[in-house]
Amino acid sequence: MRWLLILLAALLALPLTAQDAMPPAPYAYRQLDDPALEARAQGLMAELRCLKCQSQSIADSDAPMAGDMRHQVRTRIAAGEEPETIRAWMVERYGDYVSYAPRVTRTTWPLFAGPLLLLAIAALLLWRRFRKKA
Amino acid sequence: MNNWRFFLPLAVFAAFIGVAAYQLTQPKDEFVYSAMVGKPVPQFAMRAASSDRPGLSPADLKDGTPKLLNIWASWCPPCVAEAPHLAALKAQGAPIVGVAIRDRPEDVATFLARYGNPYDRIGADDLSKLQLSIGGSGVPETFVIDGNGIIRYQHIGDIRAEHVPLLLEKLREAGE
Repeated sequence: MRWLLILLAALLALPLTAQDAMPPAPYAYRQLDDPALEARAQGLMAELRCLKCQSQSIADSDAPMAGDMRHQVRTRIAAGEEPETIRAWMVERYGDYVSYAPRVTRTTWPLFAGPLLLLAIAALLLWRRFRKKA
Repeated sequence: MNNWRFFLPLAVFAAFIGVAAYQLTQPKDEFVYSAMVGKPVPQFAMRAASSDRPGLSPADLKDGTPKLLNIWASWCPPCVAEAPHLAALKAQGAPIVGVAIRDRPEDVATFLARYGNPYDRIGADDLSKLQLSIGGSGVPETFVIDGNGIIRYQHIGDIRAEHVPLLLEKLREAGE
C-alpha cells in the first residue's frame, strides 16, 4: 500500500521547472481555422529551430519561447504573409542557424560542390580505366 | 603507380580525425547570437510591467543617452543571480531599462521588492515579440543601446561580477 502511494506520488510529481505563470500565447497550441493556412504554418514551423532547445523545431518544442514563435508564425500567416518572408525575418534576426532548410551561401557552398566534385573525379577515373581496356 | 598515392586515402582520413579531435577539445558555444547588433532596435509597443515604473517605448531608447536594455523575468532563476550585478552597474552610473518576458505585474512587483529595482523603465513583453524581433534567445540577456537607438552589443546569459567592467566599457564606447 505504501509503495503504491509512493509510486502514485512519483507519477503525479511535476518536474521543477523555470517556467512562467502566464498562459501560453493564443496561437501557441491552437491551430488556424483554415486548414490550408495551418498547413503552410506547419511547414514553416517544422523548419524553424527552437532557440531554447536547439535540436528541436518550434513545432516539436514545449518551451514557452517556442510557443511564442509559433504564435507569431501562425498570426503572420493568417495575416497573409508568405512563409519565406517570415523565414527571412527570422534569419535576419538570428542568422542561418534558426532555419533548418539548407541554403547555399558563401560558407556552405563546399558542402554542395564537394559531392559533385567527387562524382566528377570518379567519372574521370572510370572513363580512363575503361578507355585503356578498349 | 607511385607509392604515395596508395596512402592518400589514409592521409585524408587521418586529417579528418585530426580536425574532429581538435574540434572536440574546443569549448562548445551553444549561444545563438543576435544578428541585430549594429542595427536599430525594432519597433515595439508594450504595456508597463509594474505599477511603480513607467513602461518602455522605442522613443525612450533614442533619447541621446546610451543604455543597458535588460531582458529578464521574475520566474527566471539566473535573473536572481544577476540582480546584485545589475545593482552594481546602476550604482556606477549605467542607465538600465528592463523588459519583462511573459510576466504578471504582481510577480514583477514581488521580484523587485525582494531583489532590488535597478530599472528606470520596465516594459512587458507578453508574447516575446520584442525578444524575437531583437534576436534574443533567452532570459536573462542584456543589450547595449546607444543614444540613437542602435544595438551595439549583446550579452547572453546572466551578468556576473566579471562582466560589470566589460558592460561599463561597452556603454562608454556606445557614448562616443
